[in-house]
Amino acid sequence: MYDYIGIVVLLPFFGFIINGLLGSKIKSEKIIGTIGSATVGIAFLLASGIFLQMLSIPTENRSQIVKLFTWLQTGNFSVDFAYQVDQLSIVMTLVVTGVGFLIHVYAIGYMHGDRGFFRFFAYLNLFIFMMLNLVLADNFLLMFLGWEGVGLCSYLLIGFWYEKNFEKGTTNDAAMKAFVVNRIGDFGFLIAMFLIFVNFGSLRFESVFPRAMAFTIGDTAIFWIALLLFVAATGKSAQIPLYVWLPDAMAGPTPVSALIHAATMVTAGVYVVARASIFFALSPSVMMIVAIIGAFTAIMAASIGLVQNGIKKVLAYSTISQLGYMFLALGVGAFAAGIFHVVTHAFFKALLFLGAGAVIHAMHEEEDIQKMGGLKEHLPITYKTFFIAALAISGIPPLSGFFSKDEILWKVFSAGYIPLWIIAALGAVLTAFYMFRLTILTFDGTPRWDRSRLHPHEAPKVMTIPLIILAFLSVVGGFIGIPHTLGGNNEIEKFLEPIFERSNIILTKATPNTTAEYLLMLFSIAIAVAGILLARYYYLKRADAIERVKEKYSKIYNILWNKYYVDEIYDAVIVKPTVKGSEKLLWKVIDVSLIDGAVNGIAKLIGIVSSYLRKIQVGLTQSYAIYFVAGIIIILAILIFQ
Amino acid sequence: MNFIDNIINLILFTPVVGVLILFFVRKGNHNLIKIIGLVFSTIAFIFSVYLFLKFDSNNPDMQFIYKLVWIESLNISYFIGVDGISLLLVLLTTFLTPLALLSSWDSIQKSIRNYTIMMLLLEFGMIGVFVSLDMFLFYVFWEAMLIPMYFIIGIWGGENRIYAAIKFFIYTMFGSLLMLVAIIWLGYFASTLPGGKFTTDLLELYKISPMIPAAIQGWMFLAFTLSFAIKVPIFPFHTWLPDAHVEAPTAGSVILAGILLKMGTYGLVRFSIPLFPAAALEYLPYIAALGLVGIIYGALVSMVQTDIKKLVAYSSVSHLGFVVLGLFALTQEGVQGGIIQMINHGLSTGALFIIVGMLYDRRHTRLISEYGGIAKVMPVFASMFMIVSLSSIGLPGLNGFVGEFLILLGAFKSDFLNSHVYSILAATGVVLAAVYILWMFKRVVFGRITNPKNQELKDVSYREIFVLVPILIFILWIGIYPSTFLSKSEKSTKQLIERIENYRSGKFNINVR
Repeated sequence: MYDYIGIVVLLPFFGFIINGLLGSKIKSEKIIGTIGSATVGIAFLLASGIFLQMLSIPTENRSQIVKLFTWLQTGNFSVDFAYQVDQLSIVMTLVVTGVGFLIHVYAIGYMHGDRGFFRFFAYLNLFIFMMLNLVLADNFLLMFLGWEGVGLCSYLLIGFWYEKNFEKGTTNDAAMKAFVVNRIGDFGFLIAMFLIFVNFGSLRFESVFPRAMAFTIGDTAIFWIALLLFVAATGKSAQIPLYVWLPDAMAGPTPVSALIHAATMVTAGVYVVARASIFFALSPSVMMIVAIIGAFTAIMAASIGLVQNGIKKVLAYSTISQLGYMFLALGVGAFAAGIFHVVTHAFFKALLFLGAGAVIHAMHEEEDIQKMGGLKEHLPITYKTFFIAALAISGIPPLSGFFSKDEILWKVFSAGYIPLWIIAALGAVLTAFYMFRLTILTFDGTPRWDRSRLHPHEAPKVMTIPLIILAFLSVVGGFIGIPHTLGGNNEIEKFLEPIFERSNIILTKATPNTTAEYLLMLFSIAIAVAGILLARYYYLKRADAIERVKEKYSKIYNILWNKYYVDEIYDAVIVKPTVKGSEKLLWKVIDVSLIDGAVNGIAKLIGIVSSYLRKIQVGLTQSYAIYFVAGIIIILAILIFQ
Repeated sequence: MNFIDNIINLILFTPVVGVLILFFVRKGNHNLIKIIGLVFSTIAFIFSVYLFLKFDSNNPDMQFIYKLVWIESLNISYFIGVDGISLLLVLLTTFLTPLALLSSWDSIQKSIRNYTIMMLLLEFGMIGVFVSLDMFLFYVFWEAMLIPMYFIIGIWGGENRIYAAIKFFIYTMFGSLLMLVAIIWLGYFASTLPGGKFTTDLLELYKISPMIPAAIQGWMFLAFTLSFAIKVPIFPFHTWLPDAHVEAPTAGSVILAGILLKMGTYGLVRFSIPLFPAAALEYLPYIAALGLVGIIYGALVSMVQTDIKKLVAYSSVSHLGFVVLGLFALTQEGVQGGIIQMINHGLSTGALFIIVGMLYDRRHTRLISEYGGIAKVMPVFASMFMIVSLSSIGLPGLNGFVGEFLILLGAFKSDFLNSHVYSILAATGVVLAAVYILWMFKRVVFGRITNPKNQELKDVSYREIFVLVPILIFILWIGIYPSTFLSKSEKSTKQLIERIENYRSGKFNINVR
C-alpha cells in the first residue's frame, strides 16, 4: 500500500488540472464538484489503507520512503520528490484528506451558483495537493514547496471574490496581507534550511535528525535552526507577532476558512515543530520561547474573541488561541499532545466554521451576530452540531476537545510551568465564555433580524451531512487519546512515540502523579462549565447586565474591540515608513536626483566644454595657421628650456 | 559541409540569411515580412535545440568548436564554440526572439521591414556574443549588437525614445571602451611572454592570464567588470535601464530584459572571474555587496513605481542582483543558481513585458492606476499573468525558486564570501518581491472595474496565448525538473570553481611579480 502514496498526493493535483483547465467548458456544477470531492475522497480511502497496513506491521518498519524523482541536484546538493510515510505524516494525511473531503462536499452546496465555481474547486484541490506535499515530504525543501504552495492557495482563496469589499479595503488586501506576512515567516524557514544544510550536508529528514543527536544541548547552530523554524511557524500558524493575517483571511468563502484557516494549513507550523522536534529538544531556550509565545497567543486571541461581533471573526481568534495551546504543548515537550489537539481541533473547528457558513447562507451573507438570534428553530441541524462543537472546544467531557486540551494543561502543569498553566487555564475559561456567547447570540434569544425580509432555513443535505459527520467526530475524536488515569491507553501518544523517540530521550520526563492529574481534570471541567454558565447568565438571562459591564470597563473594552491596535501599530511603524522611504528617498532622491543627476550632469558638462572647444574650429585657414605656429613655438620652447 | 561541426554557424547565420532575403521583399508586404522574420528566428531555435540535444553534459570544455583565421598578423580568428553556460544562453536567445517577434505582430506599425531586419540583426549579435571564443570577435559582436537595439528604441519606442536610446548607447559604450583597452593589453601581455605572440584567443588567455601580475589584474578586472556591470546592470549603474525599458517597444523590452542584461552577467562568469582570479577574489566582497544592494534597493524602488514597465524594470535590478551574488559566491550551488536564474529571469521578466505589452496594446497606457478589475473581463489573461508573477516572486515549483534558492544557499555556505550576512539580507529580497509584484497585481487585476474604458477589454487572442504558453511551459519545467538544464552547465561551472579553488590554494600561482 505504501507505494500508493504517490497516487494519494497526485489525485487532488489531477482534480486541479481538470477543473482548472476544463472547468469553464464543463460548466456542470455536479461534475465539477464530483471531480473535486472524489479525488480527495479516494485519496482519503487510499491513505486509510496505508494506515491500516501500517498498524499491521511492526513499529520499526512503519516509516518508509517513496521516491518519485530527483528534483534539484547540483554540486553536493541533492533533493528528491520523495514522500516519507510514517506515523506522523499518515495522521496528518488522514486529517487533511478526511476533513478536506467533507469540506469539499459541503462546498458543492455552499458555492452553488457562484460564477467561479470551477475555479473554487480547482484551487481547493490544489490546496490539498500542496498540503499533502507539506506533510509527506521526506526533506525540508519539498516541505517548503508545500509550505509556500498552501500559502499561495490561501492567497488565491482569500481573494476569491476579487470584486468584494472587505472591511476597509477589498478581499485582496486581506489576501495580500496573508501572503506577505507568511513570507516573513518563510524567510525564517529559508535561513533555517541553509543552516541545516551547512551543518548536516543534507536536507533529508533521515540524514539530518539522527545526526542531530551528536550536537550538545544548547548548541548555537541548533538554537538558530530551531528559532528560525519557529519564526516560520509563527507565520503559518498565526502566532504572535505574525498572527495579524488570519482574522483578515476570513474575507474568503467560509469553506476556505474551515479547511485552510482552521483545520489544516494553520496547523502546518505545529507539524513542522513536531517533525523537527529534535532541534527543539536540543534548544531549551527555544522551547521556552515556543511555550511562552503559545500561552500568550492563546490568552490574547481569546480575550479579543470576547468582544468581536463577526461570527467568523470570533472563530478566527478562537483558532489563533487554540493554535497557541498547541504551541504551548510543543514548548513543554508534549509533542504528541500538540498533534492530538491538531486532530481534534480539525474536527470541531471545521464544524464550527461550516456551521457558521450555514448560518451566513441562511442570513443572506450577514455575519454580525448582533443581528442574529433565535436561529435554532430555523436551523435545527446546524444548531445542534454547532452546539456540540462549542461543547467540544470548551472542554466538556467526554467530547474530543476535553481530552486533548486537558492533556495539554496537564503536561504544562506537570512539567512545572505553573505561570503558563495559569494563563492557559484562564484562557480555557475565556474560550468557554466566548464560544457560548457566540452560540447564544446566534441561535438563542429573540431574533434581532428583519422577519419580513429574511426567511432563514436549513441548509441542503449536501451541507448538513458533513456537519453531522464532523459532529460525530467531534464527539468521539478524543477517544484516540484517553489518558491512563481514566483507564485509557493514550493510543495516539503511543502510536506517535517512535517519531519523538529521540527528543524524548533528551527531554527529562516528569513523574506521573495520578491524584494531581485527577484534581486538575476536575478543575478544568469546572472552569469550562463556569465559562459556559457565565455566558448564559450574561447573554441569555441578563442581557442588560452586559451593557453595564461594557460601560464600566469601556477602556478595556475598546482595547479589545480594536484588537490591541496591533494592525495600526504595524502600519505606522513598518509599512508606511518603508513605502514612504522607498518613494521619497530611494527613488526620488538617490535614483533620480543623485545617480541620474550625475549621469546627466556629466553629459551636460561635456556639452558645455564642447561648445567652447567648438569655437576653436572656426574653419578659417588664417586662425589654424596661427594655432600651428603657436604650437611649434611652444614645442620648441619646451625642447630648448627643459 | 559537415552538419554537426557547423551547427553553431548555422544558428548564428540563420537570422542573417533572413535579413538578406528581407532585402528582396517589397516593403509593403507586411505579412510576408513578419512571417520571414518568424520563420528564420524559429529555424535558429530548432538548430539550437539540436545543439542542446547533441551537447555532451560530461564535457566541461568548449564543444562544437569552429575556428577560421581572420587577421593573421594579430593572431585574431573567427573562433566560436559553446560550453554548458553559453549553451543555455544561446537556447534562451533563440527561444525568446521568435516570441518577441510574435508579441509585436500587430503593435509595430511603421517600417515593418526595417524593424524585422533590426530584430534579426540583434539576434545575430546576441548569439555572437555568447559563442565567441576570441576576445576581439566578442568585442565586435558586443558593440555591433548595440546598433540594432539603439534603433529599435530610437525609432519604434515611446515619446521620450531619443533620450532613452542615447542614454542607453552612451552608458554601455562608455563601459565597453575600457574593455577594449583591456583586451588589447591582454593580447600584448601574451606577446611579452617567452615565445609568446599577440593573441586574443580566449582559451590561450585562460592559460596565461593567472600569470598577470596581481596589481595589473586588478585594473584589467575592473575594466572588464565595469563594462559588464553597466550591462547587468549592477547598482549604481542601473539608471539607463528604467528609461530604456519604458521607451522601448514591447519586443525591445523583452529582448533587453530577457537577453541583453544576461550578456553582462555572462561576461562576469566568462571573462572577469576566470581570467583574473586574483582580482576576482580581492574584489568579490564588494561586488557581492553591490549585488546585495541591488536586490534590496531594486525591490524597494520597484514597489513604489506607478508605471508597470518601470516597476518590472526595477525588479530586474533586484533579480539580477541575485545572479551577481550567486556568481560571486563562487560555490557550485551559487554559480549554478546564478546561471539558471539568468534563464529564469529571461523567461519570467520577458513574459512580464509581453504581458504589459498586451495591456498597452489595448489601453495605450502603462499606469497602474488606469487598470483594476481586469480579471473579470480578461480571465485567461489574468491566470497567465498570475503564473508569471508567481514565477517572478520565486514560488517553489516554478522556475524562479530554483535559481533563488541555489543562489542563497550557495552564498550562505561560500568560503569566499565568508559571511552568512549576504545571504540573510538577500533573502529579504524574497519577501519584498512578494510585496511589489502582488501589490501591482492586485491593483491591475483584482478589485472592481473602476475605469469604464476597461469594461470592454478583450481577453487574450490565440496569437497571444501562443506567445505565452511556451514560456509558461518552461517556467513549470524548470520549477519541477530543473535537472534538464542544470546538468548541462554542471561540469562547466565545476571547472570554473575548481579554477578559482586551485588558484587560491596556490596551484596556479606562478606570479611573475
